[in-house]
Amino acid sequence: MEKLVVKDLHKSYGSHEVLKGISLKAKAGDVISIIGSSGSGKSTFLRCINFLEKPNAGSISLGGEEISLQKNKQGELIPSDQKQLQTMRSKLAMVFQHFNLWGHMTVLENVIEAPIHVLGLSRDEAIARAEKYLRKVGLDAQAQAKYPAHMSGGQQQRVAIARALAMEPEVMLFDEPTSALDPELVGEVLKVMQTLAEEGRTMIVVTHEMGFARNVSNHVMFLHKGLVEEEGHPDEVFGNTKSERLKAFLSGSLK
Amino acid sequence: MIDIIQQYWKAFLWTDGYHLSGLAVTMWLLVVSIAFGFCASIPLAIARVSRSKWLSRPVWLFSYVFRGTPLYIQLLFFYTGMYSLDIVRDVDILNHFFREGYNCTILAFGLNTCAYTTEIFAGAIKATPYGEIEAGRAYGMNKFTLYRRVIIPSALRRALPAYSNEVILMLHATTVAFTATVPDILKVARDVNAATYDSFDAFGLAALIYLCITFILVALFRKAESKWLAHLRPMKT
Repeated sequence: MEKLVVKDLHKSYGSHEVLKGISLKAKAGDVISIIGSSGSGKSTFLRCINFLEKPNAGSISLGGEEISLQKNKQGELIPSDQKQLQTMRSKLAMVFQHFNLWGHMTVLENVIEAPIHVLGLSRDEAIARAEKYLRKVGLDAQAQAKYPAHMSGGQQQRVAIARALAMEPEVMLFDEPTSALDPELVGEVLKVMQTLAEEGRTMIVVTHEMGFARNVSNHVMFLHKGLVEEEGHPDEVFGNTKSERLKAFLSGSLK
Repeated sequence: MIDIIQQYWKAFLWTDGYHLSGLAVTMWLLVVSIAFGFCASIPLAIARVSRSKWLSRPVWLFSYVFRGTPLYIQLLFFYTGMYSLDIVRDVDILNHFFREGYNCTILAFGLNTCAYTTEIFAGAIKATPYGEIEAGRAYGMNKFTLYRRVIIPSALRRALPAYSNEVILMLHATTVAFTATVPDILKVARDVNAATYDSFDAFGLAALIYLCITFILVALFRKAESKWLAHLRPMKT
């Protein structure tokens, strides 16, 4: 059964339509890479899935449950039930381009925050979870007491991934997780993401890392001007490219 | 100097023999008005940055009035101005409240520091990194949790240096309390001056006491900053 189904998503900023009807289906264990040049709408699409951006049309269901929506005055769709939205978001953990860790909390506090105050776990349970996932992303006990500002970008992004894992989410959303990192730090984050993919976690990844899209994901979507230009298995998309635009995009990005 | 200290040290520190006076009164004024201002300013600061004009405009007006007029006039207004109104004298509770100099002083001080503190906190709330708010939303926090766990704790920490300044300014502002016959440190110094004509010693002693309080306040806030602002400092190596 599909974990996440997005149907015919549209999004406009004023008269400018950035998403012109994009659909996506993710089964358990799917790793879907969304690629495309900047301005193609890939980040906007990802952010519409958990309603950080409000789509103008379309539908989203998670685990077979469709999110009930209503139109606001601007003609955007907003969830009509805040409780349902919050429950849905807690099952869709997001990893951001700029990490977005809570700066006044230590690493450990960042990871236990939402499990305690959103999922309702006890502090002890949350700490046990946090320690497990911090180990998984390669951070030792010493790092737990540090503040985000005292860590490298790669470490911060790994904390952010641990924070997402601690929600034990249905689907993980990655919004260009390596784009803000120094080149030598990209590898450590990609390695963690590859491990997660191999564990069978369902992931949707907006990325510029063609190596990751080709080798780790099992489905690739190429977005161009708000539409899916080409999609399929990475062997097909990269090995037997049909669209001229994707060919041009790939030759520009080399890998 | 020694004579004055021997004769008046009790009055300077806590009692003139009949009532509380001096340091004890000044500290009481400071602590009560700061506590009131702090508690009231958090909801007001949230309203101040609200997108709803019905919430933000009244708070803007309140802080504009109280930051736009001298504290001395505010105190005169509450102490003598209010009592000249018939309605205040006719309604029992109001009559009772505004007849007492202490009440009027605390009211004026509390509202005044509340206005400044509201602006300090509102500025700090506005400066919350947007990504941190977005992360809270993306992890399923409702509005209340988002404020309680992310926005307010982060903002209060950022506001600490500016807030410590406001507390020290408030300490010095308490010296206008003698207007409402409240016997604070300055009132004692004026009485000593009137009794001995030794102005240098009388006001010098008062100044020394204020200096000591400031010294302690600064030390306390430095402690607080090292505890709560650790995440903004370069890492200790």
